[in-house]
Amino acid sequence: MRDQKLWTWHVAAGVLVLVFLGLHMVIMHLTRTVGIGTPAGGHAVDWGNVVARGKSLFFTLTYILLLGAALFHGLYGLRNIVCELGPSAGLKKAINALLLVGGLGLFGLGTWAAIASFQLASSL
Amino acid sequence: MLTTKHHPNRLGIWGWLGGGRWGFERYLYTLHRLTGLGLLAYFLMHIVLTTSRSLGPEAWARAMKTVEGPAFVLGEYLVFAAFALHALNGVRLVLLELGVGVGKPIEPVYPYRTSVHVQRPLAVGAMLLAAAVAIIGGLDFFILK
Repeated sequence: MRDQKLWTWHVAAGVLVLVFLGLHMVIMHLTRTVGIGTPAGGHAVDWGNVVARGKSLFFTLTYILLLGAALFHGLYGLRNIVCELGPSAGLKKAINALLLVGGLGLFGLGTWAAIASFQLASSL
Repeated sequence: MLTTKHHPNRLGIWGWLGGGRWGFERYLYTLHRLTGLGLLAYFLMHIVLTTSRSLGPEAWARAMKTVEGPAFVLGEYLVFAAFALHALNGVRLVLLELGVGVGKPIEPVYPYRTSVHVQRPLAVGAMLLAAAVAIIGGLDFFILK
């Protein structure tokens, strides 16, 4: 039952990732063919564009949403692949704990970065 | 209490690559896993690297300097193409899970018919779309500089 719920969340997170990572990919990598999200001109990773996106509440909130959804989708997928290989119950618990702690740590780091860059960009 | 008999996964990871007369969808399963693992590895590094944007323009420029060069451009393109494949195959999997594109249920009368052929157009369509996205990405990465 627990795995069924987690699987449903995995699929739901995948749909969120599809929408927001799709948008992220278009903004970051299709600058010449589509060209959105680069108000300062030039490349999407130029500092002026990073600041412009950083001060947007929409980008800040969707970065955090994408971060959480992608971490859950990716790490739960990895857990399923590893668990399919038949680890012992103890190893399975250790893998679950490692992925949970690692995922929460990365989510904390990414969320801090999104909020800190929002504050920095808003002050410029 | 309901108990389930577990069978050992004898082939392990090698079972992804060989082990039977497989169809197109089975290779998509393998590609979905490989691209998923690749995207996850990139994503974990990406989170750490892009943290530098919160430390100011100098830290950002230093971070971007570490990922410059043709090898990184090629690597980023592979990530883009892997995303296209993983995302569109994921859409196919969600549609199948929701019962879309699997055909109507039929009586199990011998000779049994598989629903794989009913699902095939969805798989081919998803991969053609993924190829189109990868080509558009290729234009942006390598041609329209």
